[in-house]
Amino acid sequence: MNILVILKMVPDTVEELNVSADGKSLDAEFLRFKLNDPDEHALEQALILKEKCGAKVTVIALDAPEVDDVLYTALAKGADRAVKIPVSQAGLGTKATAKVLSDFFASGGGTVTPDTLVLAGSYAIDDLEGELAPMLAVHLGLPYLGVVSSVAASDHGLVVQKEFAGGLRGEFEVELPAVLGIQSAEKPPRYVPVAKVRAVMKSAKIEEVDIQSPADAVCLDVQRSYKPEAAGRAEIFEGSPEEVADKIVDALAKSGVI
Amino acid sequence: MAKPILVLAEQLRGGISDITYEMLGAGRAVAQALGVPLEAVLLGSRASQLASSLGAADKVFVADNPELDLAAPETVAELVKGLIEKTGAGIVLVGCTNVSLGIGSILAARSQMPLVNFCRAIKVDGGALICTSQLFGGKILSDVKLADGRGIIGVYPGAFPVEQGRTDRTPPIEAIEVPVQPAKIKFKQYIEPETGDVDITKQNVLVAVGRGIQTQDNVQLAEELAQALGGAVCASRPVIDQGWLPLTRQVGKSGMTVKPRVYLAFGISGAPEHWEGMQNSQCIIAINTDPKAPIFDGAHYGAVTDAVELLPILTEKVKTRKG
Repeated sequence: MNILVILKMVPDTVEELNVSADGKSLDAEFLRFKLNDPDEHALEQALILKEKCGAKVTVIALDAPEVDDVLYTALAKGADRAVKIPVSQAGLGTKATAKVLSDFFASGGGTVTPDTLVLAGSYAIDDLEGELAPMLAVHLGLPYLGVVSSVAASDHGLVVQKEFAGGLRGEFEVELPAVLGIQSAEKPPRYVPVAKVRAVMKSAKIEEVDIQSPADAVCLDVQRSYKPEAAGRAEIFEGSPEEVADKIVDALAKSGVI
Repeated sequence: MAKPILVLAEQLRGGISDITYEMLGAGRAVAQALGVPLEAVLLGSRASQLASSLGAADKVFVADNPELDLAAPETVAELVKGLIEKTGAGIVLVGCTNVSLGIGSILAARSQMPLVNFCRAIKVDGGALICTSQLFGGKILSDVKLADGRGIIGVYPGAFPVEQGRTDRTPPIEAIEVPVQPAKIKFKQYIEPETGDVDITKQNVLVAVGRGIQTQDNVQLAEELAQALGGAVCASRPVIDQGWLPLTRQVGKSGMTVKPRVYLAFGISGAPEHWEGMQNSQCIIAINTDPKAPIFDGAHYGAVTDAVELLPILTEKVKTRKG
């Protein structure tokens, strides 16, 4: 199988997010980027497939802070090839990102063979214009299925599981070539020691494929962005952990559960 | 002719999903403000019968065909695109649910209509629509303008009241012919949820853990509190994905929807996908080190402190109080 995994960097929401002076976009100054969680699962699912039935795994990302670390980590985990497209991910909407990636395929950087499987995270926290995987599937003229949590090779292509709600899943047959949006891999994403990543940094190379930046970064007319009203409903318990615990016990008693 | 608003109704296993009524309610308000009709489309087995409950719409198009049950997103997108061309629909509402995910994006890419995803509120401003979307795990809201009243709106579940889309009225129904082409993605069967040791939907008290619990060993601290309270432990997605708790304990979009008397959330930020599964708990108590965590916006009580440090202290105090 020829597996291409699209990795997208997103703002780390553990850090405080602020709106910039234009009142629309995120303030980039203190922004930290991390790999989109479902994308990490997409990579893990690709590596599991490689181990089970053999595959060449290529990871592809647009430029963003920390992205080199993410690409080297993917190589250290077992990916065969890493490609960086030197178009900045920051501030780029889904439509523009899908266009850049389809240009990457059109340029011959990635070839869609009959045994090609393109994986990406099912969604990202900044998917205002839509999800990347289905939009890329349209560009590539390939079928798409999302919220996938298990992928196995079969005689006819793939057998995949898609999540619905309440723990219910559906089993689908998917013909290759195809694009899948991964929600979670069959197993938790593997850990790779920092020493191994450092070794890969010395021995392996990240390829750069030059693709033009899209004309429009965002296609939507964002009027303003803001933080949700801080008022909230929560009554905040202050004090030491001991004092907080006492107040929670009072609240539990009030609710009648103790 | 006025451009109608089109709702992509959703059914799963022969039942209409709540998101359908939420979209019908939201769509009706917009249709009224714009002075346009509200229409819906329902696909799959028994669509003609099921459509009778969609009376909030002025008209329902049905494609009553078992081959369209859980059809591939591109099949549905193509069908909706055909309906847009036929009816001249300007606004299309699609659920941001696991069932419908991808349909709006494919439609947007194929029709050149803009898509506004994760929408929680819609306002009409003259002939334009202002959609409020929830981004970055609930930490940022963005108001997006659809200037000429044209676009696809991904509606977040739980954002609009279900009741406003329910009515006793039976809508006019129009069958549509759909040439079903051999699909490259085929639904084979349902896989039922495993039956676990504990049914978290039937608990009075739930002790929920998220990323902030840090390690698998710390889950035991939550287990001890749950035991002291006579409840059970559940978790948000990151904990389940790590394999620290089984799938049966997952609360949220793909997991269970729970309504306990008390929901204690330890180290859970309150991302929209989690909130969707526990928002109707009678009392929500949230513990998080991040004072700006979205969970505090909806919880009844909160404390900004480390869950791992607090858990054993709280367990001891609960035991003491219970005597």
